[in-house]
Amino acid sequence: MNPPPPGTTQPPAPEPALRISDLSFGYPGQPPIFADFALEVPEDSRFGLFGPNGAGKTTLMQLITGLLTPSRGDIRIFGQPVVRGERRVNKLFGFVPQDLSFYEELSPVENLAFFGAWSGLDRATIRRRTDELLAILGLADVRDKKVAQFSGGMKRRVNLAIGVIHRPRLLFLDEPTVGVDVQTRAAIIRYLKELNSEGMTLIYTSHQLGEAESLCDRVALIDQGRIVAQDALDALLAAHLSSGLEGLFLQLTGKAYRDIDV
Amino acid sequence: MFKLSATISKDVRVLLRDRIGLIFMFGMPILLVLIVTSIQNSTFELVGKNKVSLLICNRDTGVASREFIRAVDTIGFFQLMPVPAGAAGSSLSGAAAADLIHERIRHKDAFLGLVIPADFSARIAARAKSVTGKVQASFGLDSTVNAPDSQDSLPVSLYYDPVLQESFRRSAEGALYSALQLVESKQILRTLYYALNEKALPDSLERQLLNNRTRIDELPAVSRKDNRDLPNATQHNIPSWTIFAMFFVVLSLGSGIVREKRNGSFIRLKTLPTSYAVAIFSKQLTYLVVTLSQAVVIFALGAWLFPVIGLPPLHFPGDWAALIVVTLLCGWCAVSYAICIGVFAQTEEQANGFGAVSIVILAAVGGLMVPSFAMPGSFHLAMSLSPLHWCLEAYYGLFLEGGSLKDVWANILSLFLIIAALQGLSFWGLKRKNLI
Repeated sequence: MNPPPPGTTQPPAPEPALRISDLSFGYPGQPPIFADFALEVPEDSRFGLFGPNGAGKTTLMQLITGLLTPSRGDIRIFGQPVVRGERRVNKLFGFVPQDLSFYEELSPVENLAFFGAWSGLDRATIRRRTDELLAILGLADVRDKKVAQFSGGMKRRVNLAIGVIHRPRLLFLDEPTVGVDVQTRAAIIRYLKELNSEGMTLIYTSHQLGEAESLCDRVALIDQGRIVAQDALDALLAAHLSSGLEGLFLQLTGKAYRDIDV
Repeated sequence: MFKLSATISKDVRVLLRDRIGLIFMFGMPILLVLIVTSIQNSTFELVGKNKVSLLICNRDTGVASREFIRAVDTIGFFQLMPVPAGAAGSSLSGAAAADLIHERIRHKDAFLGLVIPADFSARIAARAKSVTGKVQASFGLDSTVNAPDSQDSLPVSLYYDPVLQESFRRSAEGALYSALQLVESKQILRTLYYALNEKALPDSLERQLLNNRTRIDELPAVSRKDNRDLPNATQHNIPSWTIFAMFFVVLSLGSGIVREKRNGSFIRLKTLPTSYAVAIFSKQLTYLVVTLSQAVVIFALGAWLFPVIGLPPLHFPGDWAALIVVTLLCGWCAVSYAICIGVFAQTEEQANGFGAVSIVILAAVGGLMVPSFAMPGSFHLAMSLSPLHWCLEAYYGLFLEGGSLKDVWANILSLFLIIAALQGLSFWGLKRKNLI
């Protein structure tokens, strides 16, 4: 690589999609879940975040999306800090929660119109993107039917469509394919890859490790609030002499049940 | 603005698809106002228009008892039913007469029964002579009548069905006392006239002396603008059940907020670049329109349907601006209450259960079910804290008293304070939960 010409300054390194540093968090009256936690997700990556039940994945997702406030540390999305009450950064990311997060009394078109407006889109853009998304996700024929009448797979696709209607630069997916059939799962994974190829960074959590292997190019395994392994998927498998993500997962997190204290 | 209009559009769609909520907000109050007004109107008619059946067993054979029965009949309050039918009551003993009346009342032939004792006329005459003697003595005249001092109360027995309300029984009793008073007065007058003039009291003079009654002109005491309409079941019920209906939006709005908080859509809303305040504002506007629609529907029923089905029509107050302002404030207060419940309730069951029960309690202490003047003094503080009370007072100021905006300003101010408190509490709750 040639050095920059004399008299010019080197352009700043591009901000990662997500940078977490020195993060600490714990629920009141409970031991901390994260202490000095750090994570960096490069732009354009398909990043998988995995861990057993109770590892802290959902809590981490809630901290990143501003649903929870860390007791210490810094979270930045494309360089912009995630601050409670500051909603500018919310335009940069989309969120596809594990729960079906829409109004079942409404149709896909009506849901997208509402969530599109709340995402800051204008009427014409909402209409255009609604048509595109419903066609891509195979929901065009039922666009005006109540979502309550849909199958589980159709509801998952509506859930995904709402999360991406504003074309966020970063998309969080919390188990986006739970409870769907093989066809729907394949269609969703294919569509997520398309979005990534158009420049959208994906951060994905799931217990479907086979699916994760086909989607993710980088992975991090977290357990008890710590990252136990993080790298490109191929490099990680090679380093641990593992043939698949499931084997690697069990190798690094153990085989014991991870029931929470009740 | 687009965000708000999109949110209102969403809220309206969700509302229109909530059929149970719509039934609670529109169907139930319409049914309530129809049923309660019909029942109350029947009660008013029972007292005002229809005659109350009264069994009369006259064991006396004298003139005074026949005059007493005539006087009771003249009152117009009772439908007289002589017992035993076709036979003289004098043939019965006191116990037999009482048994007969008991039996007939038990068979629901009448709610009331009267037994006139065998010596009724004799006692009336004795009492008249006693009073006449005292009058003559007080005038310094020699008494021309000799009678023992008669202090006994009149031994007329009134039997009643225990289901009869006390207030109604007292009314009947009062009417019978007035008839008794008339018979007694007539007898005293005749005896006195005879004692002084040694001839019978002329009929014309008797009529003049006893029938020259002063008319009672019945007017609502607090009526403004010379309103001479007498309050009726419609004027009372339409405002109170309209308020009740408005506050029942808690079942749709309160539980809707809880549902939104608990299902996944809320998580997504919190991650979008829009404040939840937009959602709360949209719900306020949407449900304010709902409460206004409820008022329009119930008022329209009162004004146009009630006369068709034989109920008194609703008369609107003269000050339309005041009616609109009061209706808006009542609606806003109901919406603020529902939002407050929705913000603090954890589950839909909590919102629905607490919401419905609390409204019934607030309606009861607020005077919607029991008139506020009839409440014990210890309830007055609770009454003043009930938003429904101030809504009702403001409506009554307009519908019953014919008042204008300036006449109900104190109620409006109280409503404002309650709305401000409810909104403040909701805002604090949303802030505390990091929702706005």
